[in-house]
Amino acid sequence: MNTATDPEITDRAALLAALAAVPDPEIPVLTLADLGVLRSVEEIDGRVVVTITPTYSGCPAMAHMAAELTAVLERAGVEGEVRTVLSPAWTTDWMSAEGRAKLEAFGIAPPPAGPTEGPVPVGLGRRPAAQGDSHREEAQPTCPQCRSANTEVVSEFGSTACKALYRCLDCLEPFDHFKGLH
Amino acid sequence: MAADTTTHAPALLTFLLRLADDNLVLAQRLGAAISWMPDVEDDVAVANLCLDHLGQARNFYTYAGRVEGAGRTEDDLAMLRGEREMLNAVLVEQPNGDFAHTVVRQLFADAYQVPLYEALTASADPELAAIAAKAAKEARYHLRWSSTWAIRLGDGTDESHRRMQAAVDGLWSFTADLFATDGAEAELAAAGVAPDMDLIRARFDATVAEVLAEATLAVPTDTYQRIGGRTGYHTEHLGHLLPEMQSLYRAHPGAEW
Repeated sequence: MNTATDPEITDRAALLAALAAVPDPEIPVLTLADLGVLRSVEEIDGRVVVTITPTYSGCPAMAHMAAELTAVLERAGVEGEVRTVLSPAWTTDWMSAEGRAKLEAFGIAPPPAGPTEGPVPVGLGRRPAAQGDSHREEAQPTCPQCRSANTEVVSEFGSTACKALYRCLDCLEPFDHFKGLH
Repeated sequence: MAADTTTHAPALLTFLLRLADDNLVLAQRLGAAISWMPDVEDDVAVANLCLDHLGQARNFYTYAGRVEGAGRTEDDLAMLRGEREMLNAVLVEQPNGDFAHTVVRQLFADAYQVPLYEALTASADPELAAIAAKAAKEARYHLRWSSTWAIRLGDGTDESHRRMQAAVDGLWSFTADLFATDGAEAELAAAGVAPDMDLIRARFDATVAEVLAEATLAVPTDTYQRIGGRTGYHTEHLGHLLPEMQSLYRAHPGAEW
């Protein structure tokens, strides 16, 4: 890791841009800012405090994200720290429109837009992939390859905590879906 | 720190350890289930469930360590407490058994955690409310997985139905321990920090009744219940789980990896 001061980070705007450009370690097409994980950057008593929030309680990438952001502060030669906060809890509604577009271009179906307040119905039901009579709390994602809405869930859980595995019934491609979390 | 945290510190510490231990022990069981599931998707599923429960445990332990104020870290609380000190409900320490047992144990745990976390989001303790708001979203997703499998297997073949009913009957006597309370919960409920556990129990019963009915499974009528986990009296299984989970940290205190 380069610990020398980065000559390009000369002012606050450049520091903000450098922090906002740190990629998600699992989905590098997204920045932490796109994801909504990067909550705020503030100056408190002359120190820069970067606040992040986890997507899931057990997301193993959080330590890595904090280390990457700390490295940016060090490269900028800035005194500061990275803090993790839980409240308010992260939701996929915080993902930027640009982030959603990038995800789809990358081949991951973005999360559905959803309500930000109020109770969420608990979906109980048969396994959609096997039974076909799905009773689901989310709309089916659109295939990021061919845009077909004719898709089905393969697994509610995927390669990372934030994704589920789907397949397209028209082009037959499997794809990751970034789960909606409201 | 909020006023209620200092006013009710002993009760809050007990309550936080009960929440944390439930999640840690269940995470350990789910971690051991990886590669034993019937298909690779469900190996991934139990790994994700494990990770969520472990993350929730860490949040509760970290806060518990601060409330205690004795300098114990999340690792100390998770790895250096013995069987009689663990306050998890006896349900979560029950062995993985066959897939039906893993699913039913998860269903009962999820049906308990969803209303508990949702109620805790309104806690007078802002830190507890923040952890619960995060965890509630995860618990709802877990319930989708466990209820989906319970219905599919309960209303499946004769063999899957038989195994599911055996798991429901076998695990039922460990469910009341989830709701066993003492002065800690009562004190916190009076202060608006914790919910009335009778209300959580009512929602648990409603969820379980709905899922089991759709799964064509019978709610057990056997009234025997094994209580004691909340005060450190466990079934024989926790005594085997803990040494396996804790041996590395006890051999190398403070180890990081």
